[in-house]
Amino acid sequence: MPSPILQLQDVKTHFPVESGFLFKKHAGTVKAVDGVTLDVMPGEVLGLVGESGCGKSTLARTIMQLLPATSGTVVLEGKNLTSGSAAEILAVRRDLQMVFQDPFASLNPRMTVYATLAEPLLVHGVCQPSEAKERVAKLLETVGLAPRYMQKYPHEFSGGQRQRIAIARALALSPKIIVADEPVSALDVSIQAQILNLLSQLCRKMNLTLIFIAHDLSVVKHISDRIAVMYLGKIVELGPAADVIERPRHPYTRALVSAIPSPNPEIERQRQRIMLPGDPPSPLNPPAGCAFHPRCPYAKEICSASVPPLVAAGPNREAACVRLGEI
Amino acid sequence: MPLLEVTDLRTWFHTRNGVYRAVDGVSFSVEKGETLGIVGESGSGKSVTCYSLLGLVPQPPGRIESGTAMFDGVDLLHCTPAQARGIRGKRIAMIFQDPMTSLNPYLRISEQLIEPLIIHEKISKKDALAKGLAMLEAVGINDAPKRLHQYPHESSGGMRQRVMIAMALITRPELLIADEPTTALDVTVQAQILELIKKLQQQFGMAVIFITHDLGVVSGLCDRVQVMYAGRIVETGDTRTLFAAPRHPYTRALQRSIPSMQPKGVELYTIPGMPPDLSKPTGGCAFVARCEAATDVCRATDPRLASLTPTHATACLRVQNNEL
Ligand SMILES: Nc1ncnc2c1ncn2[C@@H]1O[C@H](COP(=O)(O)OP(=O)(O)OP(=O)(O)O)[C@@H](O)[C@H]1O
Ligand SMILES: Nc1ncnc2c1ncn2[C@@H]1O[C@H](COP(=O)(O)OP(=O)(O)OP(=O)(O)O)[C@@H](O)[C@H]1O
Ligand code: SF4
Ligand SMILES: [Mg+2]
Ligand SMILES: [Mg+2]
Repeated sequence: MPSPILQLQDVKTHFPVESGFLFKKHAGTVKAVDGVTLDVMPGEVLGLVGESGCGKSTLARTIMQLLPATSGTVVLEGKNLTSGSAAEILAVRRDLQMVFQDPFASLNPRMTVYATLAEPLLVHGVCQPSEAKERVAKLLETVGLAPRYMQKYPHEFSGGQRQRIAIARALALSPKIIVADEPVSALDVSIQAQILNLLSQLCRKMNLTLIFIAHDLSVVKHISDRIAVMYLGKIVELGPAADVIERPRHPYTRALVSAIPSPNPEIERQRQRIMLPGDPPSPLNPPAGCAFHPRCPYAKEICSASVPPLVAAGPNREAACVRLGEI
Repeated sequence: MPLLEVTDLRTWFHTRNGVYRAVDGVSFSVEKGETLGIVGESGSGKSVTCYSLLGLVPQPPGRIESGTAMFDGVDLLHCTPAQARGIRGKRIAMIFQDPMTSLNPYLRISEQLIEPLIIHEKISKKDALAKGLAMLEAVGINDAPKRLHQYPHESSGGMRQRVMIAMALITRPELLIADEPTTALDVTVQAQILELIKKLQQQFGMAVIFITHDLGVVSGLCDRVQVMYAGRIVETGDTRTLFAAPRHPYTRALQRSIPSMQPKGVELYTIPGMPPDLSKPTGGCAFVARCEAATDVCRATDPRLASLTPTHATACLRVQNNEL
């Protein structure tokens, strides 16, 4: 078995919250990511799902070293990024690249496509200035854009084309891992299909490792090898993509899966939906014990007693629920 | 007689860069108590269609070029302001994707909730408040007496959406137009809101026009669906038929591009090209440049919506000629 390319060990990313106008008081801590342990294998597509505010983007930014972890370690191919020196981190940063939801906001409107894509190549000395044009043309072809688009500006492109440019930029330095934070959420279904196909293709051809974040479970199921489900800063379920969606073990995953409306009216009209009461709670004051217990249809007293760890729940499956054996 | 009958609606935007035919010859009807879904990709004209009915299209640049929209004997597009006031916001209500477009951040929920009652039903403030409270309870707000006196920002997204629904329904409208009311919500909260709309619809017997780009939402909620593309209705039918046996090449392409309708991991179908420029009508089918089945006839003739069965119609020339 190959060793993991990325290892997260009990990663926590907390934000202090201050109140008061003149005299700031420490008013609490948002535990956006609160103890995530996860191994990512080389070449796999790991889907990360969960509702708004559960900490997906914060985890992504922590992995990318855009945010410092409050505690825990992020290890990339044996190198500990959380304790590395600035120079060491800089050296591995090119192995980690990110793609964002809003391709418009993530591209500089005053830079041509050529300038956007050539910049990382030249800054990192990947190629001579004389070769840059050829490299950029190649990158554009890789993401399905014609090289003649090089001299255009972001506003001259559609949303889907802009997302392709953002992906080309992420690929420029031949990274080992790409973290894509909701890369298709802002796109229409027909454009979404193009970007999903492109990402799958790239992963297969270049043996890229992809961490794919989305809140649309059917999209995540489609593209991922494994899925991690987050709730309030923690991973509550982990396993092979189709397994997790078709046979969810954790009560939250069950509710999440059952809430997705199916585009098949026959299925849709017969299904029994698990209705969760209320909204996801605030990570400022997470409920004690299993954070899901106030909304969980299976909750018993024991659920509020202690935080359930992620434990084995079948072949290659893990879930964090104390009542796993009984439900 | 249908509750609402829209015929040949055209809403164009006259801008410096040209005339954009956002809605270009749309006809449909809604029966009492039924739910009609309008689906289509961004910019296809779903919102403008409904805004036109409620006088919400900014004029200029917008202009209603043609059409009628009959609601209980009154043409919504050509009625007097007094007639409009009696219908809009009372007998026809609308809810939006972002509740804050209908909620005023500076007014307590109570004030906003009872305003339509005070305007339309001329009842006392005390009676109106009692009705408001009952309505908040009907939309599933647990601590309604407390909420009533709060400001909108003190509630979560799902709660605000419930407040907006309560506001829309407080006059017991006969038609509710919902423009992507759950798109910004988490799926578990979306499930609650959809369930709520279904329940209230049965309880009050109102008709609903539900706009969304999510085919999944439509399949569970709507009796009938119409698919829009480039300002036209390209296909319409009862939900089961339209999902099980779509006929228009665009509807079929859409289905093939959705991950949840395809086996895991297969390459998804992608519609080539881009939606047409609405300011440059070609005289032919608007989908022609992207359609796998297009022929020269499609380039030359503007297809009309024509019935295949009493409950299913498409605007594809080749389907109409039995060639597809
Ligand atoms: N810089 C920050 N300071 C304080 N709180 C923050 C900060 N960034 C994020 N948070 C909080 O951390 C929690 C997790 O946010 P995060 O953006 O990671 O969620 P998410 O899962 O990506 O949600 P979404 O699906 O809405 O993108 C939220 O409660 C958010 O308000
Ligand atoms: N005020 C306006 N001025 C000019 N064009 C407009 C205006 N409002 C809408 N349009 C155009 O009308 C067309 C239809 O827009 P509409 O908002 O109805 O689309 P939609 O189907 O509701 O899309 P979405 O799913 O993005 O909400 C679009 O091409 C849009 O650019
Ligand atoms: S009319 Fe022609 S171009 Fe239009 S959808 Fe039908 S086959 Fe395609
Ligand atoms: Mg996020
Ligand atoms: Mg709209």
